[in-house]
Amino acid sequence: MSGLRLTEGSRGPGASVAVEGAPLTRTQVPYVTGSSVLGMKCADGVVIACDTMASYGSLARFKRLTRMHVASPNCILGVGGDYSDFQQLQTMVDAEMTAQYVANDGLSLSPKAIHAFLARHMYHRRCKVDPLWNSVLVAGFHKGEGTLSLVDLYGTAYSSDVLATGFALHLGLPLLRNAHRPDITVAEAKVVMNDVLKVLFYRDARTNDVVQLATVTAAGVEVGDMVKLDTEWNHKAFVQGARAGDESSW
Amino acid sequence: MVFPCLPLLRHAASLWYGSLCGRRGYTMPKPVKTGTTIAGVVFADGIVLGADTRATSGSTVFEKFCEKIHYIAPNIYCCGAGTSADTESSTGLISSQLELHRLATGRESRVSTSLTMLKRMLFRYQGHVSAALVLGGVDLHGPHLYTVYPHGSTDRLPYVTMGSGSLAAMAVFETGYKDDLSLEDAKNLVYRGISAGIYNDLGSGGNVDLCIIKRGSTEYLRGFATENARKYRRPSGYAFAPGTTAVLSSKFTRPLKEIAVVEEAGVAEAAVDGAATPATGEMDTTT
Repeated sequence: MSGLRLTEGSRGPGASVAVEGAPLTRTQVPYVTGSSVLGMKCADGVVIACDTMASYGSLARFKRLTRMHVASPNCILGVGGDYSDFQQLQTMVDAEMTAQYVANDGLSLSPKAIHAFLARHMYHRRCKVDPLWNSVLVAGFHKGEGTLSLVDLYGTAYSSDVLATGFALHLGLPLLRNAHRPDITVAEAKVVMNDVLKVLFYRDARTNDVVQLATVTAAGVEVGDMVKLDTEWNHKAFVQGARAGDESSW
Repeated sequence: MVFPCLPLLRHAASLWYGSLCGRRGYTMPKPVKTGTTIAGVVFADGIVLGADTRATSGSTVFEKFCEKIHYIAPNIYCCGAGTSADTESSTGLISSQLELHRLATGRESRVSTSLTMLKRMLFRYQGHVSAALVLGGVDLHGPHLYTVYPHGSTDRLPYVTMGSGSLAAMAVFETGYKDDLSLEDAKNLVYRGISAGIYNDLGSGGNVDLCIIKRGSTEYLRGFATENARKYRRPSGYAFAPGTTAVLSSKFTRPLKEIAVVEEAGVAEAAVDGAATPATGEMDTTT
């Protein structure tokens, strides 16, 4: 890892080229970004969902890419934020899993351990003011119980039954919290997730309508296909115009 | 300190108060905002409007049960989000103007009339009057539901939400709205939307108020759902024994002038101005 250079001189945000005499920084401003990720813990596993788009500011740049990464046979990451930092996270997590495998002691990282590893790393980057500009949802199934946790670019780390990042915090959490019960099944949760993804497509300007759900159950990780959402645009007022049948000019 | 002239008194006083606060290290209180969830839905027979009841100033709850659904006309009501003073005074002003208009025309008010009055006023103030409104009513042309933004733009839609809890409420509406809802379904949808705002947004809270406007009838359900009422109140109240609070000193004074009580045809009045109430002296007690 190109480490800390405690040298003088300030080089504005976004400076990432290695120059003698200045600290090395990477993402200070996100460029290609993914939108929200949602997750719900169920009685028999965990479901996470996100759309499949990476935006370049207001441009819908990459429209059919996966924002999920299978970290281990029983753990999946769903990531929002800067896409290049997501790719770096993928490399890091894979390298760590490989190192564990190479130790050849029959042990591997549990989902909780993967979350802790990411949380430590993200907080360390935050302290260097050189963050990985992401919000990561870690979903896993270990020893008969699902785990769902979040780490963000500041290193904030927590676990809950219902989690979301980005716009889904405001639009998705109310619906997910209403729907969640301790005995909810993965199949029921998928229906709720689809409803929330539709609301996100309607109201978040940086999403598209092709989405992907993933589940982690006792049987392992299953990443679903990229599916186009069935959205409703045929309300009378939308089709005819809100002023139909009226003399009002507004 | 001498103030220049009476009309400027209130402004000058508030400036002086503000500087006093600054000198002593206090901060001026923030304007009371409604930090709100308000919503409206068009259903088969009319409009259902809904609102929460929390008014905040910064992160303090100023009022737990305020009224955010304002009267504009017998057939038109308006929910208000943003600065409380701005929503109350702009809706009150337009309501008065509309009543004069009704007297002049002899007709029931139209929703688009109140909309035009509101948007013209708000545009004139270029967004400085911070009033974000959900205006709904039923007139001869049917049900109308509008949003009015602080800068004066308007939208006409079948379902609308405004305020800090608007995203939570809109998420519920986007999943639950259908054309031509029944009254019960519409009430339930608005109730669920406002509840989503109350429980997921920190700027909203308290009870759910609903207002149902149909052709020829309006029903204002203040406190439609009161799920956040105080759970326990001490039934006997509080009784503090004398001496609970230490009395440091007492001073008794006689009134300055004699009190004459004149009774005429059954009307009793205290004849002297500035006098204390009869039968007790003025008590100046410091604690």
